[in-house]
Amino acid sequence: MTEKRQDTQSIMALLKSHGARFYLFVGVLAAIVGWGLYAFYVEYVYGLGVTGDRLPVVWGLNVVNFVYFIAISMAGTIISGILRLSNADWRKPITRMAEAITVAALPIGALFPLLDLGRPERVLNLFLLARLQSPIAWDGIAIGTYIIASLIYFYLPLIPDLAACRDSLQAVSKLRRWLYTKLSLGWSGLAEQDKRLKGAIKIMAILVVPIAVSVHSVLSWVFSVTLRVEWHSTVFPIFFVMGAVYSGVATILIVMYAFRRFYHLELYLEVKHFLYLAYVFLAADLAMIYLTVSEYMTPSWGAETLDLQYLASITTGPYAAYFWFMIIGGFIIPAIVVSVPRARTIGLIVVAAVLANLGMWIERFLIIIPSLAVPQLSTPPGITYLPGLYTPSWVELSITFAGLAGFALLLVVLSRLVPIISLWEISEPEVSSAGPAMASAPVMSQAQETEGPKSP
Amino acid sequence: VCSLDQNRRQFLLGAGAAAAGLALTAVSSGLVPPASTQTQDTDSLQDASKNYVFVIDLNACDGCAKCTEACQAEMAVPPTSGGELEFEGKQPWIQVFKTDSGFIPVPCQNCQNAPCTKVCPVGATFYSDDHIVLIDQNRCIGCRYCIVACPYERRFFNWFDPPSTLDEQNTVYSPDYNVPHRKGVAEKCIWCRHRVAEGTVPACVDACRQAGMSALWFGDAAQGVVTNGQDVVSLSDLIKDRGAYKLNEELGTLPQVLYLPPKGESP
Repeated sequence: MTEKRQDTQSIMALLKSHGARFYLFVGVLAAIVGWGLYAFYVEYVYGLGVTGDRLPVVWGLNVVNFVYFIAISMAGTIISGILRLSNADWRKPITRMAEAITVAALPIGALFPLLDLGRPERVLNLFLLARLQSPIAWDGIAIGTYIIASLIYFYLPLIPDLAACRDSLQAVSKLRRWLYTKLSLGWSGLAEQDKRLKGAIKIMAILVVPIAVSVHSVLSWVFSVTLRVEWHSTVFPIFFVMGAVYSGVATILIVMYAFRRFYHLELYLEVKHFLYLAYVFLAADLAMIYLTVSEYMTPSWGAETLDLQYLASITTGPYAAYFWFMIIGGFIIPAIVVSVPRARTIGLIVVAAVLANLGMWIERFLIIIPSLAVPQLSTPPGITYLPGLYTPSWVELSITFAGLAGFALLLVVLSRLVPIISLWEISEPEVSSAGPAMASAPVMSQAQETEGPKSP
Repeated sequence: VCSLDQNRRQFLLGAGAAAAGLALTAVSSGLVPPASTQTQDTDSLQDASKNYVFVIDLNACDGCAKCTEACQAEMAVPPTSGGELEFEGKQPWIQVFKTDSGFIPVPCQNCQNAPCTKVCPVGATFYSDDHIVLIDQNRCIGCRYCIVACPYERRFFNWFDPPSTLDEQNTVYSPDYNVPHRKGVAEKCIWCRHRVAEGTVPACVDACRQAGMSALWFGDAAQGVVTNGQDVVSLSDLIKDRGAYKLNEELGTLPQVLYLPPKGESP
């Protein structure tokens, strides 16, 4: 028990002092976010024309990023919610991280469609004049619910750790101490408190799973309820949900690797955590391959004019390079890497996760842009209609990178405000023998411990 | 337990009061535009007395695009990109496409089950009393979902602030005659509602007759006749004799534009 207490101190130390490298890193991220805000300002002043959006491709990277970031927010739900419900003990060191990814990705994702309005100053119309028949209104309700639920779900397991911060972090600023005190709600670890907290966490773990499924389904309906080629398909909801699981798990692997490396969390984030997650990742990957085959085979067999135009444009046309990268790099190579036992090293698993994320971003791009580019009028015979073209301008590209930087910034700041590993949960005795027992983990050397973790 | 319940009740009461207060403030401070008198639900279609239709005779169209020009002049149509030089042209609200057998002018199909109107998140696009799909550009937020949803690609967007003359700037905006045009909102052919409401035909119909083609006809199906602005013909005769068809009718959008196929071609 004492060893674990000492271990937790090394995570607590992350909250105490932030070295120069931390501030440098935060500064760089904040600068990228600032540049993105400037790009949005230009867009606001001159109009959406400064983006590459043109008829008929009226939705561009902002919508791609919207779908992408909402999708990676699945991380918290799938790992934390489902593993918590299935009592998988190995989840304990990674649940906080997974939930933090959700909390960081959701606001970034939800911001993208708002940055993409022709009249951003009328954004309140979305709420004040909301028309419930519109899929965009469904989306607003679903994402709003998801944000609130995932904040609660992030917060509940945080309470005992906030109390630990309140009790042990004396040197931090007054504001932070006040926050720890207020937010820990007088937690003192009584048996009754423990019982209620665990009950509440369980309720939320059950709730967040259907809420997340609903969010990604509703998101897909924005596209699939229209009469557009490729979109108008019943496979879309499950395709989006599974895509979210895939990119969400991939994102956890990447984030886990980064925190492990920069915060020296090898004691908590062991090889087996990467391995177990890689199995989930592989299952999602195989499901994605299955759904992708299903999605493209169905229209190609029926061979309707517009479907064939769409399929030609992505498989051999202007988007072929992206498409084949997605298929081979985004789906097949990651599946091979994770299937071959000798390739299953942390490094290669993370490479597979990065490829998967690139592939999934491209997948969103291929869903939205080439479909909008296909001319919808196919009668009368011989009607000539130029297919749409889309080249993103510096504005969307800047906002894209600002979104990524903002996501990383939120994660890094969160990791310095609250313990990024759930201390009270890893200190608890194991309930099942299936998971890796923390007690048997190698104890960090004394030298490393006193040296403390390095800043990023 | 009792105090907990009371706390909850107080909290809920407080939250309810706060929400009500917020809504009241929003209304009184003018954040919520007053309900437009033109805004109609699809329910009102039932007490319809008007049922405007376009009839387009593909046999008569020679592809001169005078209809497009007349439309752009009548409605002060903004440039394709709203002022960007590399996109010189104006938005082709009625667009003439080349086909195997000639040309086809395509205005807004004025669907009575319009996909564009179904998806609008703020109710900015709606049916007028006489069932013409209009846009309230004071309400539109520019999400472009309607453009994405339109299977006829008959919606346009002002990517930049459209240039406007002094006259246009002094025009009182109304969804019936949406001048002056503005930045960041959807645009569409509105069947010249300002003219139709006064009993005249849309500008494109007049222009087509004056150019000697008379390919465009307009009328009220409830009265069973269409006109090119001068002659009046029976709608049912045209449909019967010429085998009129509609674009992508199988989509269930209920388009209100009838096409008369060129001679010797069946739809």
